[in-house]
Parts: sequence; C-alpha cells; structure tokens
Amino acid sequence: MWHFGAARAPVRPSRGRARRRRPTEVELYDPGRERLAEQRARALLRSCVNPDEWAMYSELGFIRVWGQPPKPAKAGSLGPDDRPSYAYLIYPHKPIVAYVPQTSRLLSEYCVEFADRERPYGSARLPPSDDVLAKWLALTADERQLIATANMHLAGRQIDPERMRRDLQRLAVWERERGDRAQRSLGSVLGP
Amino acid sequence: MLRLLRMKPGHGEILVAEGDVEVPEQEQELIAAFRAQLEEGMWAAVPLRDRQGRREAELVRSFEEIPRDAERVIFFPRAAGGS
Repeated sequence: MWHFGAARAPVRPSRGRARRRRPTEVELYDPGRERLAEQRARALLRSCVNPDEWAMYSELGFIRVWGQPPKPAKAGSLGPDDRPSYAYLIYPHKPIVAYVPQTSRLLSEYCVEFADRERPYGSARLPPSDDVLAKWLALTADERQLIATANMHLAGRQIDPERMRRDLQRLAVWERERGDRAQRSLGSVLGP
Repeated sequence: MLRLLRMKPGHGEILVAEGDVEVPEQEQELIAAFRAQLEEGMWAAVPLRDRQGRREAELVRSFEEIPRDAERVIFFPRAAGGS
C-alpha cells in the first residue's frame, strides 16, 4: 500500500543543512580587505607593464595595447608605416574596446572575464588592477586566443561611445603633453 | 630564483611556490606546483621583454616552456566570454 508520508521521509535529513545559509557575496565583502587586495594588484601590474602603460593607467584609468603590426616587426621602434592599424583599450571589469587610432573609429567590444571558480571570500572577481593585468598578459601573449575566447559585440553595447571618444581625446592630449615634457627635459639636459 | 604567483579575488597575488630551477628537488616542487595550478584551470603567463626592451608576456602550457632565466610565472583564471 502506498504511504505518502514514508515516500517523503528520505528528503528530510537535509533540513538541518538547509538552515545553515551560505553567506552572500555582499555579507563577505570587506572594504578594507578589498582595498589591500587592490593595492597588491596595482603593485603587480606596475611591475609587469611598461612604464608608459603604467602612467597611462594611473593617470587615465585604462591601458592602450597595440594590435598586431601589419608586417613582421623590424629592429628598432615602429615607423609610421609599421604602426598597427588598430589598438585596444583595457579597462578594469569592462569589455576590451578595439578602435582605429588614426581615425578614433570604434570597432568592437570584446567581453571577457577571468572568474576564479574557487570564489574565495564569496566572489569570483579579481581586484580591478588584476583584471587589467590578466587582460594585458593575455593580449600581449596571445591576442588571437583571447579575442577568439571573448564575446564580440558592436562598440557601444556596454561602454558609452561618448565616453570612449572622450577617453581617446584624453589619451591624445596626455600623449602630446608627455611628449612635450620629454622634449623639454631632453632640451634641459642637452642645453642651448 | 623562480616565483610562482597566483591572482586571487579579495587578496591580490599570493605566492604559490618559490625555488631555484637549478636545484633538482626545488625544481620538482616547482613543477608539481605549476601542474597543480594548470589542473585548477589557471592560465600561466611569464612576463618578458622583447628585443626592443618593451615588456610583454608569454603564455606557457608546460613547465619546460618557461625560460630558464624567468623570475616569475603569474597564474590567473582562464579567460571566458563575458556578458
């Protein structure tokens, strides 16, 4: 004979465990710990990227990484004809944005994440500067693999195109001023 | 001296292992630690300099691919398409 109560009995042992609620990500969030984590991440980022890229990140909040050059790189720095036809802007916890430096035309957003499945402290998200470093490492090491892994969208899906244009203008001004400063310091070393 | 570092949410990088690749016992410990990280789904990158002195990185998939003079390997979670 079918006994409804007996049929339900096996599911009961889990009741005690269900009462022990796992703390949520918000409850585990500790601003002091996150600040320390970000300080460590910034130090690691600084030790890995180029000095101009670090200055760009600390002053503008993003890093530009050039795309692959159109032909094999020659010895010496890039000439005007060798300069890659596209570049990327890396922001913390935002898509990577590809654009054309010569025209500032926005090309695409590449959505990629580096989620730690262990979720220490309840979150899979790396500190912001670690996220930037992970993108920089992956882009400079194997651009094609990273771009193939990412979800591609038209520019403007997540990052406001107006903000992007403003950032590109800020970058242009920043580079011009930096170049001017370098010229001035070179002049003061060489003298009149 | 080679240091294996891993990025961690809520912490920043942690030191996974450290040792001299020229000392066989230490190299074996480094190899074991390296493999354990890859088995946990990490990518491994070695910060390098190109011929012009610019900094860049190389992804490595086995311990043998790490340049013998490398100072650091940085592990970070494998990339996945985001939303």
